[in-house]
Amino acid sequence: MSRVTLLSLQVLVAVVGIVLWQVLSTVPVFGKILLPPFFFSNPADVFSQIVKWFSTGVIWKHLGITLVESVLAFVIGSVGGALVGFWFARQPRVAAVFDPYIKMVNALPRVVLAPIFALWLGLGIWSKVALGVTLVFFIVFFNVYQGVKEVSRTVLDNGRMLGMSEGQLTRHVYFPSALSWMFSSLHTSVGFAVVGAVVGEYLGSAAGLGYLIQQAEGIFDVAGVFAGMFVLSAFVILIDFGVTLVERRLLVWRPTVEGPR
Amino acid sequence: MTTPTAVALEDTTVAFRLGDDRVYTAVEKARLTVAPGEFVAIVGPTGCGKSTLLNVAAGLLKPAAGNVTVFDRPLTGLNRDAGYLFQADALFPWKTAIDNVAIGLEIKGTPRTEALARAQTWLTSVGLGAFAGRYPHMLSGGQRKRVALAQVLIRDPKILLMDEPFGPLDAQTRQVMGNLLLDLWNADRKAVLFVTHDLEEAIALADRVVIMSAGPSSRIIGDWRVTLPRPRDIFEVRLDKEFHALHREIWGVLKDEVMKGYAQSTQAAEAV
Repeated sequence: MSRVTLLSLQVLVAVVGIVLWQVLSTVPVFGKILLPPFFFSNPADVFSQIVKWFSTGVIWKHLGITLVESVLAFVIGSVGGALVGFWFARQPRVAAVFDPYIKMVNALPRVVLAPIFALWLGLGIWSKVALGVTLVFFIVFFNVYQGVKEVSRTVLDNGRMLGMSEGQLTRHVYFPSALSWMFSSLHTSVGFAVVGAVVGEYLGSAAGLGYLIQQAEGIFDVAGVFAGMFVLSAFVILIDFGVTLVERRLLVWRPTVEGPR
Repeated sequence: MTTPTAVALEDTTVAFRLGDDRVYTAVEKARLTVAPGEFVAIVGPTGCGKSTLLNVAAGLLKPAAGNVTVFDRPLTGLNRDAGYLFQADALFPWKTAIDNVAIGLEIKGTPRTEALARAQTWLTSVGLGAFAGRYPHMLSGGQRKRVALAQVLIRDPKILLMDEPFGPLDAQTRQVMGNLLLDLWNADRKAVLFVTHDLEEAIALADRVVIMSAGPSSRIIGDWRVTLPRPRDIFEVRLDKEFHALHREIWGVLKDEVMKGYAQSTQAAEAV
């Protein structure tokens, strides 16, 4: 399939979806509107809500806050996960001791931590960052751990025979291998950083996209809820595109750059 | 013994502990010496412990019994005088060809610009001068072997250990690589221990061909001197009468061991 055909088909799906939604929510079929506006709103209202947010500029503040929270959660979670993952992989005894606790915390649905973080860190951005960190940390941790564990035996022996010390092995062999695993999970961990931020905002905050959606829902403003969802989706797609660019640059040495999507 | 040796294995036995406390003896009382500047090939049936013996000489494996000496000093830890060419891909996939070659110098503290300049020279001498910026996955199997050869030789090791280095390559590429190896070796005549299952390759390359019996507990059962004149061309030397005579003689011994090796591996398969 050529690029143009693919793109036009992708656009077609959106157009059909929106037209169907508009028609079913405004034109009665056999004297009945299939999608009652109270529950489903309609594309025109949603669109005008989005335009209003952007023309008045209200949305920028919320987008900015969500972005800051996501970035902080991603950076702190990644650095922490990478350090601990590396440490555990090189020190099997430490890993063995902490193993049950890691599994326990990872099995916990992170949403239940949100109230505790709100209690500890207040309703500002840090409680959301903390929630995002708990999500990102484990993804990066497991990938880095795996990356260090799965270094090819031959490549390691080759490093040793070339005269590398343990420190040089870490720098030239373990570290690049761990990084490549970490980067291959970049899409997932960035996505989870956003999830952490938005869910945190939704559960209690004074700004951000999650807050915007929660407010609209509180006054049964369905158009506002859908508008918030669309802005959030566009936001995630943009970030994902950025991640793809970074990934292409960082993993040039890989045969094929594929993200787990 | 008064003659100097680059590598000497004296009654070396290598054993592995299996899961259920049994011990598998891979090589028993192997006795093998490589003189400085000598090219020795080890040939044996599959699974006879050729690579095991090489890993002992490299210091990657500790023998259960016996002594290993390198330039008449007992070997402790890794063999720092040796360069090792692996059978499997051992290049660092995240480094370009030139970085892969330069790394051996960089970790010794050579300034990066100098290391890169010398790496470029080595890449050129293995015929890959124009491929410096390629990552391993962008190179063919033969090209990767060339990079690996440059990676090992740039450190100028006194001993070269090679574990079926051209095994994964197709027949033509193997011969080309063999000639390249001989050319490079001819320049400064390092001691070489070359493991292969290909008798023709062994005779064409080496000064001495050592035959191992089928495993387990394999031993060295034969040692032939190859007196074909040097410099050799692998394509031509195979047509030589002396080559054929030697090949027939060694094959007479090797054939039985190969058959034993096959019989054992098929029995093992049936037992499973």
